[in-house]
Amino acid sequence: MLFGYAGHILEVNLSTGRITKTPLPEDLARDYIGGRGFVARLLWDRIRRGTDPFSPENLLIVATGPMSGHLVPASGKTHFGTKSPATGGYADSNMGGHFGPALKYAGYDILILSGRAPGPGYLFIEDGTVELRSAEAHWGSGAITAEEELKKELGDDFQIITIGPAGENLVRFACVSHDFGRQAGRTGAGAVMGSKNLKAVAVRGTGGLPVFDAEGLFEKGCEAFEKVKAKPGFAGWTPEGTAGITDWVNEVGAFPTRNFQTSFFPGYKNINGRAVLEHLKITDKGCFCCPTPCGKYGRAGTGLGSVYVEGPEYESIALLGGACVLESVEDIAYANYVCDQLGLDTISAGAVAAWAMECFEKGILTEEKVGRKIRFGDLEGMVYLFEKIAARDGIGDLLAEGVMRASREVGRGSEDFAIHVKGLEWSGYESRNAPGMMLAYMTADVGAHHNRAWALGHDVAGSAASVHDLISSGGSRGKLPKATVTGKAERVIELQHIRPLFDCLGICRLQYMELGFEAENYEELFFLVTGRRMSWAELLQISERVWHLTRAFSVREIEGFGREFDYPPPRFFREPVPDGPNEGHYLTRRELDTLLDEYYAARGWDQNGVPTEETLRRAGLADVADALRVEK
Amino acid sequence: MKLRAIHERCSGCRACALACSLANFREMNPAKSALRIEGRFPAPGDYRIHLCDQCGACAEACPEGAIVLVDGAYIIDADLCTGCLTCIEACPHSVMYEHPGAATPIKCTLCGACAEICPRGAVVMEGGA
Repeated sequence: MLFGYAGHILEVNLSTGRITKTPLPEDLARDYIGGRGFVARLLWDRIRRGTDPFSPENLLIVATGPMSGHLVPASGKTHFGTKSPATGGYADSNMGGHFGPALKYAGYDILILSGRAPGPGYLFIEDGTVELRSAEAHWGSGAITAEEELKKELGDDFQIITIGPAGENLVRFACVSHDFGRQAGRTGAGAVMGSKNLKAVAVRGTGGLPVFDAEGLFEKGCEAFEKVKAKPGFAGWTPEGTAGITDWVNEVGAFPTRNFQTSFFPGYKNINGRAVLEHLKITDKGCFCCPTPCGKYGRAGTGLGSVYVEGPEYESIALLGGACVLESVEDIAYANYVCDQLGLDTISAGAVAAWAMECFEKGILTEEKVGRKIRFGDLEGMVYLFEKIAARDGIGDLLAEGVMRASREVGRGSEDFAIHVKGLEWSGYESRNAPGMMLAYMTADVGAHHNRAWALGHDVAGSAASVHDLISSGGSRGKLPKATVTGKAERVIELQHIRPLFDCLGICRLQYMELGFEAENYEELFFLVTGRRMSWAELLQISERVWHLTRAFSVREIEGFGREFDYPPPRFFREPVPDGPNEGHYLTRRELDTLLDEYYAARGWDQNGVPTEETLRRAGLADVADALRVEK
Repeated sequence: MKLRAIHERCSGCRACALACSLANFREMNPAKSALRIEGRFPAPGDYRIHLCDQCGACAEACPEGAIVLVDGAYIIDADLCTGCLTCIEACPHSVMYEHPGAATPIKCTLCGACAEICPRGAVVMEGGA
């Protein structure tokens, strides 16, 4: 008996309508734990080499972890894995909310979607009943509207994921949406769902989960809630949530501003966590079983109208606010709402709009080409771009490809300030004087995303302090010296195993990273849920295995994949930061190579960033090593 | 003692429902809990906690006299309950539930597990016996 897990994989071929339920393989659970680990192994095993991300043969895998849905802090995480339309390589993106637990209560740890429905459809799951139903009535609706309509039809106790028009129209940075404001935002999972003609999945489960020691877990789960509540960050960090980091990121000169031209936003106090509370918030909005709700749900009034919206959380503030220079929190919230309805990832959408605005400023994109004037700080222009993108109409068809492809088409030097790695737009931390964070972005398996390793705290403070400790001790008060480039690899690798471990367990890392809730608590809770006695170090070894596997997937799937794919855009190694705390700083190409050389060596990868056969075998991936050797 | 809901403190995490199912059924299954959190989204954008205030309407309605007051809580006597579900229909707050895995309707026992776990103080036990 696999304690902790629901015990089954549900597979739906949308082309044929064939629905199969198979037991969750014990070795998959043993060797990959869950969530991201499941996604990585199943993508490797089941995607045929060279599969087009938008073809019916691509898979969209929804995976929970063993701790999802249990009485442990923040057990609401759900993972979406696919071959990425943004990068062509490995992709996973996760979200909070309530969907994953509901999937497990219905009896399934994993949902694998393949094929393409003959017409717009949605998947209905209620315990053992699984049906592909028509979504003709919802096709074209906003992601939030579709969720609202389906809830009215099915009942409030259904948990639902949807896509918006952006997903339907295969925008490469379309997201999967859930619970009126939670998204699996990155890597274009929503576009893959759209390519399968799947508007939504609705699930309700009434079953229980097997627990190794239910009495013990009840006691220790309650105790864990008490311990989290006792952390200083419970009272200090939770009220503002992730938006509360805005001040600190500006004061240490890492806030992406004007399409990452600079790293400090003079008006940051107007768009910080305090501004969210004062101008927007109605309620805290938490994910399943979370004692520290970071979600702030509210209402924003702007010249364009008044909207209900969750957020903006930090990343949306950084990309819609900083990168696009929106000066008020209401404007950011409005842009956030537009993205949520259209089903656009706010991070990539902000980065794409910012790139387009800079192109316009430099005369690379003209009024004739765009269809109107666009400039930094203009909310109306941003909304125009987002609507065009989601419809793939006019200029939107170009921008829907993301900054890497769009800049290659437009040329004229615009590649230099197309801020991405591997084809995924950069998230909210400008890193020209944060070499650890820069390395984390360069080597993140999905592209330029912070959520594999957030090394900025280490760059700034040189310690493993919790985020709450960092921000409560304040940022800098003046110019910062140039950071040391050497010796970063080890810490980045450690971090790349920690966050993704939470993604395997199916719980949020926030209580650990942001509040400092200790690792040993998770060892104990994992044991009580699953009956497996594993130390933190042993759990991290599985996370390391997954890291090598996702790299191997991209080596297999992307022609010529290697070192060249790990560099940031030229802006970051040619242009010194023009102002703010990090004025004058940047990393040279030689320094970037130092970062990569140390990293590859520490990882056991060759000079081109490909895992060596020995490394793969040591990580328990002998079959992967064999497959890569054959393909060479 | 009684349970009281302070709606504006609720963040919708539903830890209360999990704790309820563990305390009363030793199961990890929020569908087997005696309270329900309603999220009202996109508008007005808040939560409503639906819980039992031990009003006794279920006991009055029960044709078998199977629901009796014990230490301030109306408790279903499984030996007397015939599963007619009259009580579920009679409950003015719609907080009694039928579940295929439960022998009788699911009803609040005033065990207090929900109030104990709630990290927001949104569900509280208050008042004397």
